[in-house]
Amino acid sequence: MKTKTSERIIYWLMRGVTYFIVLVIAYIILDIVWNGMPTISWKFLTEMPRHSGAEGGIFPAIIGTLVLVIGTIVVALPLGMATAIYLSEYARRGRFTGTIRLAIMTLAGVPSIVFGLFGLGLFVIFLHFGASIIAGALTLACLILPTIIVSSEEALLAVPKSLREGSLALGATKWETIRTNVLPYAIPGMLTGSILGIGRAAGETAPILLTVAAFYLPELPKSIFDQVMALPYHLYVLATQHPDAAKVRPMQYGTALVLIGLVLAVNLSAVLIRARIRKKYRW
Amino acid sequence: MVEDVHQLSGLETKVEVTNLNFYYGTVQALFDISMNIPARQVTALIGPSGCGKSTFLRTLNRMNDIIDGTRIDGRVQIDGADIYHNGSNVVALRKKVGMVFQKSNPFPKTIFDNIAYSPRLHGTKNRHALTEIVERSLIRAALWDEVKDRLDRSALDLSGGQQQRLCIARALAVDPEILLLDEPASALDPRSTARVEELITQLRNDYTIIIVTHNMQQAARISDFTSFFFEGRQIEFGTTKKIFTTPREKQTEDYITGRFG
Repeated sequence: MKTKTSERIIYWLMRGVTYFIVLVIAYIILDIVWNGMPTISWKFLTEMPRHSGAEGGIFPAIIGTLVLVIGTIVVALPLGMATAIYLSEYARRGRFTGTIRLAIMTLAGVPSIVFGLFGLGLFVIFLHFGASIIAGALTLACLILPTIIVSSEEALLAVPKSLREGSLALGATKWETIRTNVLPYAIPGMLTGSILGIGRAAGETAPILLTVAAFYLPELPKSIFDQVMALPYHLYVLATQHPDAAKVRPMQYGTALVLIGLVLAVNLSAVLIRARIRKKYRW
Repeated sequence: MVEDVHQLSGLETKVEVTNLNFYYGTVQALFDISMNIPARQVTALIGPSGCGKSTFLRTLNRMNDIIDGTRIDGRVQIDGADIYHNGSNVVALRKKVGMVFQKSNPFPKTIFDNIAYSPRLHGTKNRHALTEIVERSLIRAALWDEVKDRLDRSALDLSGGQQQRLCIARALAVDPEILLLDEPASALDPRSTARVEELITQLRNDYTIIIVTHNMQQAARISDFTSFFFEGRQIEFGTTKKIFTTPREKQTEDYITGRFG
């Protein structure tokens, strides 16, 4: 009798916690959608901001965030995937790779402001990039490299060993085996994990605060050495730095809604890519 | 220990193993194995689980190389050339020595792409030539009639027995001279097993076949020569007939009559 009661308590406790989490998320999203929708208009999305962002649109911030996301992908995806391939396919399991793995895990837990300061020191100052798209994208790339490496390695390890052996036994070299009989099956998982990480990077404020984001810059960048506005930082500025924060509340909600929509779109693209490739290869 | 059975029967030696020792790290798995494996005959390796027969088989195409911390000494010669010699080419070796694994491992590609996989890697790009190789390999592996209408379907849709014959066909597509079969039928039902055995019998004239098997009846049915392994040592090697009727060693007799193992 007693075990039955405790089973019940545990069951309802877990169920309650799960519902609670969903409720919190639903509240946040609904609040943003509810208050943000009235602000969203074609003008808001495509116009330059005016009066320090109190009026006009957020077009440069949208473009800035998109450019940063693309830059981050271009830098971090090849590096992260190559590292994952090395760790999973080539490196011997030993103290050295153990240390590398530990370093990657630790890196994943480092607060993002630390990455921001690192980017400021290395890219902005030491490499003389200045506050620029390239410095920001490189900083964001550092931030999400651990995520990309870990999820890519997991995707590679999920490919059965028997496929590698089968290919090697047919006289394929190691790289031929990886290229033709491991990567094609691992790519969906690698991309999904990586793009989810990139979605997170799109919303980060601290790393771009010190390396790229402009407080107020109502124009589009001309090169990768220019500064840009970015959605998360613009939101931060509107909410905390604006002289009349309460008056620009609709702008804040509108910006938040666009940012969430953008992250959602990035994540959705990951799901679509995976579904497409999964259809081609399955095991 | 190595009696010259081939000289008696006038057969040419394909694989010559001399004083082979093999180690996983510090654990020795094979002890001083010497064996002359005759060309175009079926040689069965039998013995209880963990006796080293699969490890031995994998030394013949250097598949153990991919396991960290393995070490080998002694000599393995194929057609007189030492395959562990410094300049020896592993890729060329594995083209010459095909392997089929215990658990069939079709690639998650179409039937056609499975067979064409290695010819493509080795440079055959012409579609017509590939089609020819695929057809020839599937015919040789006695699978053509069952799959000829669905070459563009996934190999994973095939039954277990068909998958294993596909793996054999895939190995044949490289035009090997030697086929290593690591318990190829142990995961199959009796009917599929019979088909694989039949196939091995058909291939015996063209290839040197070395098969690891747990199934003593299978060894007796399909092999010309048998080697009995126990605890990493080769206890006895001879014609299958002799091993199964008048084994010289007591251990062999005990194993064959089912007293242990």
